Amino acid sequence: MLLPVLLILPFACSVIAACMPADARNREVWLAGLVSFGSLIGVASLFPRISAGEVIRYEAAWMPAYGLDFVLRVDGLAWLFMVLVLGIGLLVVLYAHYYMSPEDPVPRFFSFLLAFMGAMLGVVMSGNLIQLAVFWELTSVTSFLLIGYWHHRADARRGARMAFTVTASGGLCLFAGVVILGRIVGSYDLDVVLAAGDQVRVHALYFPALLLIVLGALTKSAQFPFHFWLPHAMAAPTPVSAYLHSATMVKAGVFLLMRLWPVLSGTEEWTWLVAGAGVCTLMIGSFAAIFQHDIKGLLAYSTISHLGLITVLLGIGTPLAMVAAIFHTINHATFKASLFMAAGIIDHETGSRDMRILRGLGRHMPITATLAIVASGAMAGVPLLNGFLSKEMFFAETMLVGGDTNWWMSVAALAMGVFSVTYSLRFINVFFGRPQVELPREPHEPPRWMRFPVELLVLLCLIVGVLPALSIDQILYNAVYAVQGAQMPAYDLAVWHGFNVPLAMSLAALVGGALFYRLLRRRFNPDQHDHVPLIHRFSGAQAYENVMSGLSIGADFLIRLFGTTRIQPQLLCMIVAMVAMIAVLGLPSSRHLADPFANLDPLFGLLLAIGCICAVAAAWQAKYHRLAALALLGGTGIVVSVVFLWLSAPDLALTQLMVETVTTVLLLLGLRWLPPRITPKELAIEVPRSVWLRRSRDFVLAVVGGTLLAGTTYAILLRPATDTISDFFLLRALSEGGGTNAVNVLLVDFRGFDTMGEVTVLAAVALTVYALLRRFRPAPESLTQPEQQTNPVDPAITQTPGKQAWSGYLMVAGVYLRLLLPFMLMFAAYLFLRGHNLPGGGFVAGLVFAVAIILQYMLAGAIWVEGHLNLRPFRWLGLGLITACATGLGAWIFGYPFLTSHTLHLDLPVLGELHVPSAFFFDLGVFSVVVGSTMLILIALAHQSIRSHRQPGKNAEPGTQEAA
Amino acid sequence: MLTDLLSLAMGFATLCIVLAMLCCLVRLLVGPSAQDRVLALDTLWMCAMLLILMLGMRFGSLIYFEAALLIALTGFVSTVALAKFLMRGEVIE
Repeated sequence: MLLPVLLILPFACSVIAACMPADARNREVWLAGLVSFGSLIGVASLFPRISAGEVIRYEAAWMPAYGLDFVLRVDGLAWLFMVLVLGIGLLVVLYAHYYMSPEDPVPRFFSFLLAFMGAMLGVVMSGNLIQLAVFWELTSVTSFLLIGYWHHRADARRGARMAFTVTASGGLCLFAGVVILGRIVGSYDLDVVLAAGDQVRVHALYFPALLLIVLGALTKSAQFPFHFWLPHAMAAPTPVSAYLHSATMVKAGVFLLMRLWPVLSGTEEWTWLVAGAGVCTLMIGSFAAIFQHDIKGLLAYSTISHLGLITVLLGIGTPLAMVAAIFHTINHATFKASLFMAAGIIDHETGSRDMRILRGLGRHMPITATLAIVASGAMAGVPLLNGFLSKEMFFAETMLVGGDTNWWMSVAALAMGVFSVTYSLRFINVFFGRPQVELPREPHEPPRWMRFPVELLVLLCLIVGVLPALSIDQILYNAVYAVQGAQMPAYDLAVWHGFNVPLAMSLAALVGGALFYRLLRRRFNPDQHDHVPLIHRFSGAQAYENVMSGLSIGADFLIRLFGTTRIQPQLLCMIVAMVAMIAVLGLPSSRHLADPFANLDPLFGLLLAIGCICAVAAAWQAKYHRLAALALLGGTGIVVSVVFLWLSAPDLALTQLMVETVTTVLLLLGLRWLPPRITPKELAIEVPRSVWLRRSRDFVLAVVGGTLLAGTTYAILLRPATDTISDFFLLRALSEGGGTNAVNVLLVDFRGFDTMGEVTVLAAVALTVYALLRRFRPAPESLTQPEQQTNPVDPAITQTPGKQAWSGYLMVAGVYLRLLLPFMLMFAAYLFLRGHNLPGGGFVAGLVFAVAIILQYMLAGAIWVEGHLNLRPFRWLGLGLITACATGLGAWIFGYPFLTSHTLHLDLPVLGELHVPSAFFFDLGVFSVVVGSTMLILIALAHQSIRSHRQPGKNAEPGTQEAA
Repeated sequence: MLTDLLSLAMGFATLCIVLAMLCCLVRLLVGPSAQDRVLALDTLWMCAMLLILMLGMRFGSLIYFEAALLIALTGFVSTVALAKFLMRGEVIE
């Protein structure tokens, strides 16, 4: 049970840390520190079991149907990385307490840091490839957030984006790679995969899987050609650089290569890909590091080159090289983290990281200087420090791999050794010489506990360097054993192996590096050059920017080519596609249909013809005679409703009738605000031929599309009835849904969840329309009052709408319509109540209700109605949604799935036996939402006219109306 | 005998109603004024109501009478809206 706790703890505390106040520095540090420290102790307690060769596993079912389990798995390698993550994490937290300035919002920092820690633990503990890829991406995300911590700085934003783009793309490659790998093996479980190395290496898909996984590892570990993101990531706060970009996250790439080493390594492709990238990286990184001016830049390039060194060792692929790789991973983490912290101290205490102006700091901060010099010694490979040991192993392996004839690898290794001594010298140069006087701040030693992490890490460098067999041997053995298993190589961790070639190479590198540094100082002073010589033209960052801008230009181009903001082209494409699809798929099979007119009632045919003619004429008139088109559309709607009834679909017919009415009112309300169209004839202008052609095309397309769709529907109706799902519903409506009206039972019970979604959408649409219309300002030409209301002869012009209905010309209509209101409401209630058993239901009842209210609006105007009736469309909406939702949730109380229906049989005193299905309340919610949203939309449109009357002058300028 | 007569009468009535709808269609199409179209639409609604009653008789179902009732109750709403629009220039003042 310890493993899941170890994983969840950082994430949980990350949330806690995020919730603390901005000035809770000490509490944040205590929280993060205790989490790391406690976890570290927990991990340490596993050491005896790990040393016994045990693999600790924790499994939980994740997606058992797909054979995926959530597996946490700790072996020697994972244990080592966990110690690195937690141990250095603890030191970084302590360091960050002093480093972060009081203005920085620390909750965000520590929250991200803890989340990163959790993600990283997830990567190393994953016992499942998919899970590993998920945590992998999570480290990319948290790294992005941490690099961009100072998001007011452009370089931080740029660096964060670059790092994220590169590492997350690599993560996607990795994901694809592990999916292929899982396919080859037949399981995603790491233990199964690790045991299937022979099967994988001969598989046809081995190379794609290898390539994708290696791409993931190379991007994460900043290997050539993806190394460019790491120097830009130095915009992060220094604790982040020390933690993520030297000790842990960039090690995830090499961790992955180690993890999958038993499966993937040992082939020529592996060696070429991994070792090739590694050699390029270590050469470029170590050479570029010499010519940096920023201390952190130097350390970043040095990190790149050391990671390249580890990658080369993994690429070589011999068991001893693997030992060296793991050993160097540990060593690099210790000395590079301490160097980053030292760089941070210098930055913090002097205000600058520029090596061109920093001089003689040894006099002001002697202890820090000593620590940094020792750590740089480890970086350069000075004997009696840990870096020396692993670098010597590296030299030995490069000689081994080339044999007696091929020396290029050894030459590259030696060159890298020389360069690393040179840049170490360049770095420690800031501590020597005459003290610089013109620094932003007066340098002095940092606080005691800020230096403590550096001291501890440097002490570790020394201990490992002097007494490797006593200190690190067992840990290293465990890690190597976890990778290599039975075929453990014999190796000897000792400082002195006698005088041999690797030792000679080490010494040559030291001497050569020192000479090279002197030569550089004399002949080519790095301080006076802004570019890295020779290779500055091959800028990865520039290539990245080019690719990104190319992508964005390409995307813009595609949007311009295929996208549009106008609705006409979109509709054109849709209708053309529909016509084409019906023509291609439907017409060939239409020959098999029986004679379409055999059973056609001539009267029914005539009715259909009326509807069709109305529809076509509506399309014809839509451009210039909108009102006529609207009336014609109404004619089509009536015919459609009657056709529904003729074909025995009363539910549909009832709803269609009401929808027709509401649509007419809605369109008329909108028509008020559309500027009038004047025909070309009235304007006495010639219609251009192209315009005429376009309109003709649109008209023909509309008619063809409509005809084809109608024909398809008709053809479907002619087909003999087959076994469809409708029988299922018809049979079960009463027995399981408790209602005889299958349509309504279908809506509120069988497919209640669909209906729930639909009413939610309806409510959202109504609210959106309302929100949009609140800020709607009509076009200036339709702002004026309609001419009917300005005619001085009309006595109605002096009356308010309410008055007109009370005693004016609308008196007859007023009496009649007000009398009708209760009847309409009663009819709505009737339709609603019997909806479960006979045609009706919440939807149509809601529409009738809304129409009854809208009628009053039309009669007496918005102000009068709202003065007499307290309508609250929002409450209708909200209550409806709550009722529907609560009905669904009610089933949970009784232990049934969401929206399970239940029929209650009540014996009421007067009414007799009454059966109340729970779907009734659901239908009530639907009713309420329909009423609310219909009223909301119509009233929002109607209020436009009140608002425009309130506008100050009719001819006021558009700008003042905006303000009003 | 009486049943035959009834069905004959129903068929004739249906035919007349559909022909009336055809006449409404002509008015809807040619106009000439907007008021003509509104009247035509109103008549179309009424014809539809009658047609539904005829259908109800033909199929012997009570549901059809409710559909006719619904038209009787709310069918005029479109007409009112159109008339209001023509008379006052906007539907809701």
